[in-house]
Amino acid sequence: MRQFSTNEFLFILAAGQWTVVLSLIAFSMGGALGLLIALLRVSVFAPVRLAASGYIQVFQGTPLLMQLFLIYYGLGLFGLRLDTWTAVVIAYSAYTGAFLGEIWRGCIQAIPREQWDGATALALTYLQRLFLVIIPQAVRIAIPPTVGFMVALVKATAVASIIGFVELTRAGQLMTNATFQPMLVYPIVAMLYFTLCWPLSLLAQYLERRMRVDNAIGRKA
Amino acid sequence: MTYVFQFGIVFDHIDRMLLGAWLTIRLSAMALVLGLMVAVICAYLRTAGPRPVRWLIAAYVELFRNTPFLVQLYIVFFALPQAGIRFDANEAALAAMVVNFGAYATEIVRAGVQSVPVGQIETGLALGLKRLHIYRLIVLFPAIKAVFPALASQFILLLLGSSVVSAISANELTAISNTLQSTTFRAFEVYIVATLMYLGIAVAFRGLFAVAYWFVFVRGRE
Repeated sequence: MRQFSTNEFLFILAAGQWTVVLSLIAFSMGGALGLLIALLRVSVFAPVRLAASGYIQVFQGTPLLMQLFLIYYGLGLFGLRLDTWTAVVIAYSAYTGAFLGEIWRGCIQAIPREQWDGATALALTYLQRLFLVIIPQAVRIAIPPTVGFMVALVKATAVASIIGFVELTRAGQLMTNATFQPMLVYPIVAMLYFTLCWPLSLLAQYLERRMRVDNAIGRKA
Repeated sequence: MTYVFQFGIVFDHIDRMLLGAWLTIRLSAMALVLGLMVAVICAYLRTAGPRPVRWLIAAYVELFRNTPFLVQLYIVFFALPQAGIRFDANEAALAAMVVNFGAYATEIVRAGVQSVPVGQIETGLALGLKRLHIYRLIVLFPAIKAVFPALASQFILLLLGSSVVSAISANELTAISNTLQSTTFRAFEVYIVATLMYLGIAVAFRGLFAVAYWFVFVRGRE
């Protein structure tokens, strides 16, 4: 039986890289997808809006683990042999896209109607209105909830360990199996997640508070 | 390469899947009730308790909100037995769900409690009500009403997150699907059916919450 020593700790720490890498890739790819979903969600065409909202409903109404299984086992059946890494990246990007899409839709719709009207009066085209007037303002209110979602995403990557993707949680499992010290290993794993997530949580809280203050000052002026 | 779908084999075992779905619903519902109790008590202590207790509750909330549910589950199921606390898989799943949901709900309920105007509490004091009466009658009811939507979506996250407890072989919907998948080799069909069941349960609960909100908070209280 192995003892839990510095080597074992370093193994877990090294696996933590993959938690970070997966979170970052899912966030950037899911972010691009989320922007698209949010734009489709506020489209003027009803069928497009409906399709985007259906996508969000499905991904927010089913377990992430099921989405992982379906992509991992499912796409294989259609001749696409996916390795774990590709399947995990696709699943997490799709999942992130749905959540960020819904968050950002709310931010776009929070911009007052008059901004659209004003931009129309200035003879801007639809895309100009969207990208030059609405989105720059929406980004400001979108930042705190987006940072908040990043916390959820980092935690959600733990589920990938169930289909065998080696990140923090899976590394913890492997080390538990080798050392038989779950009481030591799992709290260490939890603490590593905490060091990743807590600063993000605090940042989200800080940004939210600062925005509330900004708004209060703005209203008085 | 063509693949022929065979859903028949899944429907041969649909009774087992429904049983699993029923356990998913029961686990989530029990975690909701117990977690809400934890939340109401913790939210009270977090705002009105002595300072060390307030810090303790804050630490509980932050620790559980910033670590993955799966790791919390492993600690309950694999680590606690080392300290002499033993659960079977279903009990461990429920315990982890309660403490996890309790942490989120504490924060949500606290936000609701703090949204109640101080004047209402002072009125209660002026009427000679005891602290607990004020909390129950004046603070809690409008607080829960204010945060009801947030609690409802947190519950949906709990419900969907419960599929993760299959990792310790609590025999709920996902675990049953895994077993079926490995005996029938019809992974895609099994998981599609399970996913649709989850979607159905989630949609049903959303509807249930909307109805509950109307009955408890809207009807006859205009």
